[in-house]
Amino acid sequence: MLAKQAIAAPAQSWKTAFLNPGLLKKASVHTILIVYTVIALFPILVILVNAFKTRKAIFNDPLAFPDASSFTLVGFTEVLERSTFDVFFFNSLIVTLLSLFFVLLFGAMAAWALTEYKFRGNLFIAILFAMGIMIPIRLGTVSILQLMVDLHLVNTLTALVLVYIAQGLPLAVYILSEFIRTIPKELKEAARCDNVSEYKIFFQIVLPLIRPALATVAVFTMIPIWNDLWFPLILAPGESTQTITLGVQQFIGQFVTDWNAVLSSLTLAIVPVLILYLIFSRQLIKGLTAGAVK
Amino acid sequence: MKSTTNRTMSQNHPEPQTGAPNNIAKPFPWHILFFLGPALLIYISISVYPLLDTLRLGLFSEDETGATFFVGLQNYGNLLFNEFWSEPFWNALKNNLKFFAIHMALQNPIGLLLAMLLSSPKLRLSGTYRTLIFMPTMLSVVIIGFVWQLLLSPLWGISEDFMYNIGLGNYFDAWLGKESTALITLSLISVWQFVGIPMMLIYAALLNIPEDLTDAAVVDGAKSRHVFWHIKLPLLLPTISMVSILTFVANFNAFELIYAVKGALAGPNFSSDIMGTLFYRTFFGFQLQQGSPTMGAAVATLMFLIILTGVMIYLFFVQRRIQRFQL
Repeated sequence: MLAKQAIAAPAQSWKTAFLNPGLLKKASVHTILIVYTVIALFPILVILVNAFKTRKAIFNDPLAFPDASSFTLVGFTEVLERSTFDVFFFNSLIVTLLSLFFVLLFGAMAAWALTEYKFRGNLFIAILFAMGIMIPIRLGTVSILQLMVDLHLVNTLTALVLVYIAQGLPLAVYILSEFIRTIPKELKEAARCDNVSEYKIFFQIVLPLIRPALATVAVFTMIPIWNDLWFPLILAPGESTQTITLGVQQFIGQFVTDWNAVLSSLTLAIVPVLILYLIFSRQLIKGLTAGAVK
Repeated sequence: MKSTTNRTMSQNHPEPQTGAPNNIAKPFPWHILFFLGPALLIYISISVYPLLDTLRLGLFSEDETGATFFVGLQNYGNLLFNEFWSEPFWNALKNNLKFFAIHMALQNPIGLLLAMLLSSPKLRLSGTYRTLIFMPTMLSVVIIGFVWQLLLSPLWGISEDFMYNIGLGNYFDAWLGKESTALITLSLISVWQFVGIPMMLIYAALLNIPEDLTDAAVVDGAKSRHVFWHIKLPLLLPTISMVSILTFVANFNAFELIYAVKGALAGPNFSSDIMGTLFYRTFFGFQLQQGSPTMGAAVATLMFLIILTGVMIYLFFVQRRIQRFQL
């Protein structure tokens, strides 16, 4: 009896599993997600793979991975020789990191002031910042250029950093305000009772507490800055101040017909972002879901 | 509120009472200035002031020497009614509306579908899918533009081969190069890239829906279809409308994709020209036409008004109604 059951049980569970609508549903969910993942990744992969192939192999068999006979780095050497890719990359890095630092610092400080203290004009300033989330800074470009000309900042990275700080602040203030509001009152009041200064309360208690939110804001701020073409094109198009997006755009414009070079320059622009993204994606998703679970 | 908590606390603990006079005397709040000052200074001087100055500049015109003089609404009259300016303007506006319509029709439904699938309970690899599908969103629009330009190029033929393999070879065309299809193709590229944003935001909102709510409905005999239409979708509406307004603003402010793929002339024959590229050409000039800061400012002002209208509709109609609904 027992043995019989033992034999029958796996068979039955296999049968139920096969006919189980839950499992079927699960399989179809996975299928759709896999198909969409392929749609999302395939175009990028094709570029990355072909960057490492000879011109002949690029055209003859674009979907093949590079092998011993088709592997080449000629595109990359051409890009590095004919353009100052290292400079572009360095410029982008400096601009992004500096802007990011100030957006986070000033944004957190402003968010703290707006949520914690009651003063005249508080609501007006909060609305002013909120409007910046919706109204793109780009619309003021004519006057921004004029301003930068007057300040002798055209073709400097400073101009870009200033613009990107102004661009990033509204969203940073908004998200960080939401987070600062969730900090329990008791914590701050207890510190105030101990005569801890407002500055210390912010830098030593509040700032560490909002770290997850800072990470989220960092990702949201960083991406548009790194990827921007508009302001580099208008404010800093000079050879020495080009960011990587502008540099690649100009380079490809010049060497349209050189497929190796074009594919390699695209790869050089894509790979650092992908690596950074894979590092930060967990932070980003954690930040998003942390906000959601609360 | 704060003062009451202070009082109750000081009543409970005798210690802080010595510090109580600090709350009564009010010195100048230097700390507020310290916290708010830097952000406000940069934001106002580099974002708010230039925007207001642009609105002002739209009412001026300039001569060959660059000197500006007040002309009232003449620039706007030209943009809207003078054929030389109005034809490109209305063309760009129409194209931009098409660009936006294609985004709305595809981006939100696909994003919603993916988010629903990702949030299905006990889904394995959910994080991996999410990360991978979101990846194109992280890349520069310029880079994505070039990637698709290569992929769709008849020279390389990679898409053509692909279409042949699935039996649709005869339908392949140089979509980016044709007047009738260039804008649609560019819109689809943009949808492909940015579908991750609605997906992520809706996914986060789905996690936010209390399980008790859906469980209760299921216990009461609701089918999953009903749970979706009557519980989840209404609760997702704030997120979906937020995504929509974000898309609206981004679309009417778009520039990079068209510029990277089709150049400032937004060819063929301006068929992919949108407000962003029109703004750039008007401000910076191209080929025969000389750039004009004041005309550029006028175009920017009209873009501002369009975006403002969209945002206002969102704030006053959509969001207010949703708030009432949520309560």
